[in-house]
Amino acid sequence: MSTTTNGRTAAKAPGNDKLAEAATWLDDRVGLATLAKKQIRKVFPDHWSFMLGEIALWSFVVLLLTGTFLTLWFKPSMTEVTYNGSYDLLRGVKMSEAYESALHLSFDVRGGLLMRQIHHWAANLFIAAMLVHLMRIFLTGAFRKPRELNWVIGSLLLLLGTLEGFTGYSLPDDLLSGTGIRAADGFMLAVPVVGTYVSFFLFGGQFPGDDIIPRLFTAHILLLPGILLALIGAHMLLLVFHKHTQWPGPGRTNDNVVGYPLLPVYTAKAGGFFFIVFGATALMGGLFTINPVWKFGPYDPSQVTAGSQPDWYMGWPDGALRIMPNWETHLWGFTLSWNVFLPIIVLPGVVFTAVLLLPFLEAWITGDKREHHLLQRPRNAPSRTALLVALMTFYGILWEASGNDLIATHFHLNLNYITYFNRIMVFVGPVLAFIITRRWCISLQRADRDRLLHGYESGIIMRSPEGAYAEKHLPISVDEAYTLTARDRVELPPPPGEVDSNGVANRKARGEGLRWRVRNFWFSHDIEKPTRTELEEAHHHAEHELSVRDDGHQHLTESGYTGDYELDGTPADGHQFDGRHDISGDELRKGH
Amino acid sequence: MRLLSARLSARRRSPFAGLVVLLLGLVLTGGAFALFSPAQAESGQADQSTVAQGRTLFLVGCASCHGKNGEGIVTERGTQYGPPLAGVGAASVDFQVGTGRMPLARPGVQAERKKVLYNPDEIKALAAYVASLGPGPSIPTASQYSISGTDSEAVARGGQFWRTNCTACHNFAAAGGALPGGKYAPSLSGVTPKHMYEAMLTGPQQMPVFSDQVVKPSEKRDIIAYVKRLQSAPNYGGNALGSMGPVTEGMAAWIVGIGACVAFAVWIASHSVRSKKGAKA
Ligand code: HEC
Ligand code: HEC
Ligand code: HEM
Repeated sequence: MSTTTNGRTAAKAPGNDKLAEAATWLDDRVGLATLAKKQIRKVFPDHWSFMLGEIALWSFVVLLLTGTFLTLWFKPSMTEVTYNGSYDLLRGVKMSEAYESALHLSFDVRGGLLMRQIHHWAANLFIAAMLVHLMRIFLTGAFRKPRELNWVIGSLLLLLGTLEGFTGYSLPDDLLSGTGIRAADGFMLAVPVVGTYVSFFLFGGQFPGDDIIPRLFTAHILLLPGILLALIGAHMLLLVFHKHTQWPGPGRTNDNVVGYPLLPVYTAKAGGFFFIVFGATALMGGLFTINPVWKFGPYDPSQVTAGSQPDWYMGWPDGALRIMPNWETHLWGFTLSWNVFLPIIVLPGVVFTAVLLLPFLEAWITGDKREHHLLQRPRNAPSRTALLVALMTFYGILWEASGNDLIATHFHLNLNYITYFNRIMVFVGPVLAFIITRRWCISLQRADRDRLLHGYESGIIMRSPEGAYAEKHLPISVDEAYTLTARDRVELPPPPGEVDSNGVANRKARGEGLRWRVRNFWFSHDIEKPTRTELEEAHHHAEHELSVRDDGHQHLTESGYTGDYELDGTPADGHQFDGRHDISGDELRKGH
Repeated sequence: MRLLSARLSARRRSPFAGLVVLLLGLVLTGGAFALFSPAQAESGQADQSTVAQGRTLFLVGCASCHGKNGEGIVTERGTQYGPPLAGVGAASVDFQVGTGRMPLARPGVQAERKKVLYNPDEIKALAAYVASLGPGPSIPTASQYSISGTDSEAVARGGQFWRTNCTACHNFAAAGGALPGGKYAPSLSGVTPKHMYEAMLTGPQQMPVFSDQVVKPSEKRDIIAYVKRLQSAPNYGGNALGSMGPVTEGMAAWIVGIGACVAFAVWIASHSVRSKKGAKA
């Protein structure tokens, strides 16, 4: 397989038949071919984690396809009708037209239920894939300059995807979606001052009214998909423009991209992956029930069911709501419901803003303003990795809290104790996760450093003539050493003084002091890669050891051993690794 | 009653625990004895003798907690081992003993369904005895709870009543749900129509009583019909994932969906010439 780097100019196609002429004509006016050629010669590096975003992209395509199918039968109307379709358990029941059409889709349209289920599974997958993709970007530092903007677009996609999912979940007007809309109404009402107006405006009057489903429908199939599509387009354009990041390695620098040309290899792989994602969602749609609206029954404000939960991506604010103590303030006849306002409105807002700003936050801490096209291994940014794991723990605890009822019944636990546990863990867990992850990363860094300086453990135990045992270390390959050392050294500036060099009081000293402390905290425990002198010394040491042995005397001068080497010429396995024989091409060394 | 069982569970580690365990041992052996004793031969006789037989059984199996005359037993601390049974009615006994909840094996947060220790005649006798202590709802007749004649209109109506009165605790598909304080509304799979009817009539523990004024007998039957039909309906959408709502769906999306896609991504990325050469990332 040839590897290509991005060229600057595109080759001109020789045009000699009619088609080519037409193409040239078009190209002369539109300039498409030149543009396309350049893009076709784009190169994508290869690593499985680079395909996580593709899962999201392809599940979005599946959503567009299946969603279009659903619109052909779905009726976004809250007009009351009497069900007369083929599902007997609801025949004769009064319901909204929206719910009726969802039942019609499920039971009377060929393939309708399958399409609904694929649509819903793909929605769950879409957002899950975005989240995993986000974690990969964060862990590898792919969000650093110049890609901050694409991170921001990605975060917006996550937010809008969640909203899109919520509006879709609300459409069929079954008991669960109605309960969800009602909860959303309650959340809006919890916003001080403007809440009531917002709610009134959204529902076109009092909850539930007749407008909400048609409005959500417009948002769900037109407004939000439109914005999503535009943002996804911008996301991909920026990706092509910036070129893909890559893992460091021999031949890969901050200025090139090593990988496959877009055509044909990468396109074939990506195209194939579309069918895999489609296949996965189709299989899930065919094998597992999702959102069985017929079992929930039509929405009726007087009813509610156990197991009313939002889809998983709304689970974490729901969990926060479930563990929030019941705080309310009564002021001049108004009630401020902190118990709803804080977990549902403030918390997600704060978390989302934090996610959106993460690249800028990190750049502020590290002071790193350079462009980065090489990725970092998670262990080489211990504090960043630990921060993500802490955030994941926070998310995970809240997530688990939103399933507290099922945990209680399935593990025979007391609902109240689960709540107390979560109230504590939501604060303690992330801190613990941060500390553990950071120490873990630092240990891994230390292991890398040892590997560079002392080589890898060959697994060969040597026994010296005096009976001492030692494991033989052998130097790692140059490629690996390159990969391990392809990272930056951190230089911490001295703490800013209260006065600058001219003796003038430093106005910004306080901000700078904070920043210095944060940066110190961020980096101070990192294990640096060995310096050039350290490496040279280590190599020199190894060579010295070998050279002494070459003359037939072991490197054990103190004891003055001068006898023959009993093992010489003996075909004992591993003997060849004693440092006195040529081991190039040895089978046992494979893979190091 | 909520208070009572909470106290019961709180007492699990009290000095009385040993005594209770001893009592339980006696109760269980008594129950087992009653199960195999030839007393059953007398069943089906005149009412008076059924009551007498029930009393005998009650003294062996139930009196240790509920008192010799079903008056309830109060501990020294003023809490109860078993509540007074006068006026709970035959239906309550039939439900409690017929679903294995009574005799209570060990005081816990909530009496659970378990293996039934008495045969139908003995249950009838126990019920007759408890009914003789005071008036209460009697065991429903088969015509009240039988769902064989219900048409689909009645079933759909039953679904409405079900969603209005029961799903909040028992979940839309009768899969069960959690209640505060370690209690729960059980799944209704495998519960007989008779016991469903009795549960509504007597409201065991946390469950409210759905008296005939609140939910008419015909409506009770419709509810039972709906639940039974729902349980026997095919899974139209494939595996129902426990009918527990979005939580299990989300788990499936992550474990099966993301799991499969990532596994394929790893597979695709590993099938390239260059990475076979061992380029490490
Ligand atoms: C270990 C003590 C214990 C034993 C033995 C026991 N019970 Fe109970 N019983 C209780 C407790 C405690 C309750 C109340 C809480 C509950 O329902 O779980 C109760 C409740 C009941 C009720 C429901 C009362 C109501 O308000 O509806 C009935 C009926 C009943 N028992 C009958 C019996 C019968 C019949 C037996 C003998 C076969 C029996 N019990 C044996 C402890 C016991
Ligand atoms: C407030 C919550 C609540 C509501 C509402 C409720 N139940 Fe229950 N139900 C319970 C609890 C708790 C139990 C368990 C009682 C026990 O273990 O003794 C139960 C038990 C039952 C049982 C016995 C199940 C078994 O395992 O033997 C049936 C049947 C039942 N309920 C039916 C219904 C029906 C039908 C309705 C609606 C008319 C209903 N319940 C409404 C809480 C509720
Ligand atoms: C342009 C693209 C889309 C169209 C035309 C579309 C259309 C629809 C329609 C008509 C329904 C109601 C059908 C039903 O009752 O089951 C629906 C439901 C739904 N949509 Fe979409 N949708 C699109 C994109 C999306 C996206 C991007 C998401 C997720 C992020 C999504 C998530 C949902 C969900 C969760 C439901 C509820 C499905 C159910 O009830 O089973 N949709 N969509």
